[in-house]
Amino acid sequence: MEKMLLLGAEAIAQGAIDSGLSGIYAYPGTPSTEITTYVQESADAREKGIRSNWSTNEKTAYEAALGMSLVGKRTMVCMKHVGLNVAADAFVNSAVTGVHGGLIVVVADDPSMHSSQNEQDSRFFGKFALIPVIEPSNQQELYDSVRFGFELSEKFSLPVMLRVTTRLSHSRSGIIRKNSIAQNELSLPKDPFQFMLLPALARKKYHNLIEVQSLLEKESDDSALNPLEINNEGGLGVIAFGIGYNYLMENISAEKSNYNILKVSQYPLPRKKVEKLFKSSSRVLILEEGYPIYEELLRGYLSVDGATPIDGRLNGVVVREGELDPDNVGKALGRNSKNINPLHEIIVNRPPQLCQGCSHRDLYDELNEALAGVANKHVFTDIGCYTLGALPPYNAANSCVDMGASITMAKGAADAGFSPAVAVIGDSTFTHSGITGLLDAVNDKSNVTIIISDNSTTAMTGGQDSAGTGKLFDICLGVGVEKEHIRTFEPLGKYNSENVAILKEEIAYEGVSVIIAARECIQTQLRRKKTEKKDEPLVRNCNH
Amino acid sequence: MKKDIILAGVGGQGILSIASVIDSAALSLNYNVKQAEVHGMSQRGGAVQSHLRISSNEIFSDLIGLKQADLIISVEPMESLRYLPFLAEDGWVITSKDCFKNVPNYPDEAELFAQIDTLPKKVVVDAEALAREAGSAKASNIVMLGAAAPFLGISVEAFKAAIEAIFATKGQKIVDMNIRAFEAGLACSAGK
Repeated sequence: MEKMLLLGAEAIAQGAIDSGLSGIYAYPGTPSTEITTYVQESADAREKGIRSNWSTNEKTAYEAALGMSLVGKRTMVCMKHVGLNVAADAFVNSAVTGVHGGLIVVVADDPSMHSSQNEQDSRFFGKFALIPVIEPSNQQELYDSVRFGFELSEKFSLPVMLRVTTRLSHSRSGIIRKNSIAQNELSLPKDPFQFMLLPALARKKYHNLIEVQSLLEKESDDSALNPLEINNEGGLGVIAFGIGYNYLMENISAEKSNYNILKVSQYPLPRKKVEKLFKSSSRVLILEEGYPIYEELLRGYLSVDGATPIDGRLNGVVVREGELDPDNVGKALGRNSKNINPLHEIIVNRPPQLCQGCSHRDLYDELNEALAGVANKHVFTDIGCYTLGALPPYNAANSCVDMGASITMAKGAADAGFSPAVAVIGDSTFTHSGITGLLDAVNDKSNVTIIISDNSTTAMTGGQDSAGTGKLFDICLGVGVEKEHIRTFEPLGKYNSENVAILKEEIAYEGVSVIIAARECIQTQLRRKKTEKKDEPLVRNCNH
Repeated sequence: MKKDIILAGVGGQGILSIASVIDSAALSLNYNVKQAEVHGMSQRGGAVQSHLRISSNEIFSDLIGLKQADLIISVEPMESLRYLPFLAEDGWVITSKDCFKNVPNYPDEAELFAQIDTLPKKVVVDAEALAREAGSAKASNIVMLGAAAPFLGISVEAFKAAIEAIFATKGQKIVDMNIRAFEAGLACSAGK
């Protein structure tokens, strides 16, 4: 079969389409977005009737996926690492209920924070929820792991986490596909109360979850995803997790025979294989793409005399922060560090910036003008392209913590007496996690000014549909914001003075005001016009 | 056969269009390919790079190590220098001379090109002008691909076939224009 050149994210999507997927649920987030986009654009998926629209946030996505699983269908829910924080309630409890149709939760972590606010390691969450985790090391494994993951999920009636990191998700490679299999039939679970977590029932289910752990461990020990090679009895051992294996092999593939190697791509940890590796090695190097979770576990808390020495992130042999790469792994293996000339001073930084013509630019110009002369200026902003307003030349935003936090942090500051408490939030972020915070502000009559910078898309991740498009005014009204304090304007240079006046009025108003600064993202506008142009002759030919 | 290539530019300049032609040509010759890209925040007008690896053997790492790259292909001159730590001692730098100035402290052009001139192995390409001659400034990435082609270990025929396949849906005119752009770039590296 011919190879398909796919991003890791796309390999996951294609793997799911070919493995009986009935529905995919997600909120966009780098580096996970392309999984769902691929399904949305796949003719194959459309033909198979696979459900794929965007969800409002990761929690709604997760719960919908769980519902689809409850009625017997295979489903996938995708998010970036911090998205799992949002979905955590549903996620952890779904390990207790278990699943019916196979459920894979794909979590894309972003070590080195290429496009994120932290580098948390989702394997920790997987361990916390007591479910199997699969962490492939290359794109073909990703494709194959989806089929395997659904089977594992249905075998143990548990959700399975598929963990990837940026480098794997956003790297292309040739994939060989398997034959496509049919979707599951609709069916309810045998136990009508499988998903009923009343305490008395939850205790039983939790007990079952604990009981199954030894079986999961055996499964990992038997798994082909966790190959162990004892090549040099008494020599150096390496446990390479997920993509760490690639960097190991990049360095040692020619002299593999000197090393004992355990590759781990399925969790819980394969205990027997780990024991065998430790018994056969005089020293063990641990390569984890992410937190030193298993290194910490293997080291134990109290040092034991005579224990096999362990090297890793915790003793500085491997870098403590950031992603692995061929060089820092080479260094951990004792390779000579390369002599690198520093970059010539002529090369200056080129940080990301808002596009020319972007509506956020005009909004920040107007906001800066409205706030000119304010002594204690602090603007609360949120997650999206507009976070870049913190950078020069705007210097217009001060804080950004998590989805929706602009509104609630401004509220907290206002509650403490801080004024003006101004929040800037995007339309997609507002519907993701801002509405509940707005309700808090309304109920408390907090003195906040909330600007929804509405570009009618989820722009930062590439222009996905935004759940509140066309509904923002009504949402704010419904939440209880006074009608005369929901203002709308178009952030454009030619309306500058009117817009600044509106901002000033609402900042002066002591209570909750919402300003909807609405103008379409120029990137989505460009794409829309291109498609419209392309579609024109087609429409004419059809005589519509 | 093994080539490690760094593609460099500014978010929005479309370095991935160069990558897709190389990928397609490499796959047609049954080589293994890995290509790491940048998505998300840094796409917005920031410095972007892609690590592209082609080999007849299995490729492990998606990333290229320091001092490992055979080639840096940059569609922007300052960006061609940013990834020099990745370039092997005998590696080539193929760069466009079209400056993209979206930062206030962009270096003086004369100083910048003087610095590029000190590189032992380089090809500096008047990409946009050549692309315009070929039919459209939009084809400047294909001009850059042409200039890089002799260093990639893939035949000119395979590249042309890949260009034809990729642009086929846009019509023969666009295919021909891109082939002209590719040839114009190729001529820049003649005799190197």
